[in-house]
Amino acid sequence: MTTTPAHIEYVTRLGDNALILGQRMSEWCGHAPVLEEDMALANMSLDLIGQARMLLTHAGKLEGKGRDEDQLAFLRTEMHYRNLTLCELPNVDFGRTMVRNFLFASLQVLLWERLLASSDTELAAIAAKSLKEARYHAQHAGDWVVRLGDGTAESHERAQAALDYLWPYTAEFFAANPTDEAIAAAGIGPAWSELEAAWEAVVVPVLNEATLTVPARTPFKSYGKFGRHSEHLGHLLSEMQYLQRTYPGAQW
Amino acid sequence: MLTETQAWDVLHAVPDPEIPVISVTELGIVREVHARDGGLHIVVTPTYSGCPATEVIAQSIRDALVAAGAGEVDVETRLAPAWTTAWITEPAKEKLRAYGIAPPSGDAAVGGAQPIRFVPRKLACPRCGSTDTTRLSQFGSTACKALYRCQSCLEPFEYFKPI
Repeated sequence: MTTTPAHIEYVTRLGDNALILGQRMSEWCGHAPVLEEDMALANMSLDLIGQARMLLTHAGKLEGKGRDEDQLAFLRTEMHYRNLTLCELPNVDFGRTMVRNFLFASLQVLLWERLLASSDTELAAIAAKSLKEARYHAQHAGDWVVRLGDGTAESHERAQAALDYLWPYTAEFFAANPTDEAIAAAGIGPAWSELEAAWEAVVVPVLNEATLTVPARTPFKSYGKFGRHSEHLGHLLSEMQYLQRTYPGAQW
Repeated sequence: MLTETQAWDVLHAVPDPEIPVISVTELGIVREVHARDGGLHIVVTPTYSGCPATEVIAQSIRDALVAAGAGEVDVETRLAPAWTTAWITEPAKEKLRAYGIAPPSGDAAVGGAQPIRFVPRKLACPRCGSTDTTRLSQFGSTACKALYRCQSCLEPFEYFKPI
């Protein structure tokens, strides 16, 4: 299989999604509402960072310029990151964190299931491993979305506000550019158009159960996966990359 | 130099760093052992992507084999097929229970639309055996375990989740 720029770009996106959400979620460490959730969030962060390591290592090998996972994670600026905008948005509160995790993990479950059949066998192997983890993340977040949405007036209000805020960013999940078309044509990954209905079929019933109102689609568009990010990613990277920027090449 | 059989014997005694009552072979992560010129080639499949113990495990495998006179040992990490709790041996499940961790049982998480209808199976408390138990959190001290509490003996316990 000859490596195409689209292939490298696609695997980088998957790695960046996992890395950036893993980093974001790790901010809860020591701050979550209860100890059990503190541990759960830290553990899910570790799962995502582990997935990011495998994916970025793979992307670096495909690229063939000798960049490893660390160089890709710590030495790229935000314009070179290809994560979904949803992953970089601030946590704000536990409600928004859980709604985001639910929207994202539900997508990941469907995506990893399809990537089991990827023509990229390394990616298929990573998918098999990540799928098992994503299912637990989706289950965990789904439980919380229902508890919060169908909970107290306060938790309902916050969960609904979180959904209203995050929902417009989910349109980006299914946006396609020539990279996505090349990926689908090469059998590396699924066509996003096929995933959108499947994702809504999973997500909407749970949101209904949570007594949350699914917002209408608006013309709002975000473009993180195409390299145009919100203001938040730079702040996240400045913290995540601090050590390598201050002491280039530091190892321990 | 060690034969493959001797190497397996050494590995049977290498404990998992997080759950030292079971060995890396009982956990099912050592997939293959090959003797070759001047040393050994070991194939290991990691449990969870983000498991912090993965590197410690590779190092302890290397150290144990080198100490037993294996020569040069290289440890290959293989992703596919993905590790599953079905690879944990039956005797190891009993050791887990005796150690206070409920061993994996039943099916893994299905995810998707089911989570809200999902009622966790009634697990037996590893201490008193009561099935009057309740899940406190999907994630315990490590990603591979969930946190439960026994309503009979009131002791908390961990459950090794099936994946």
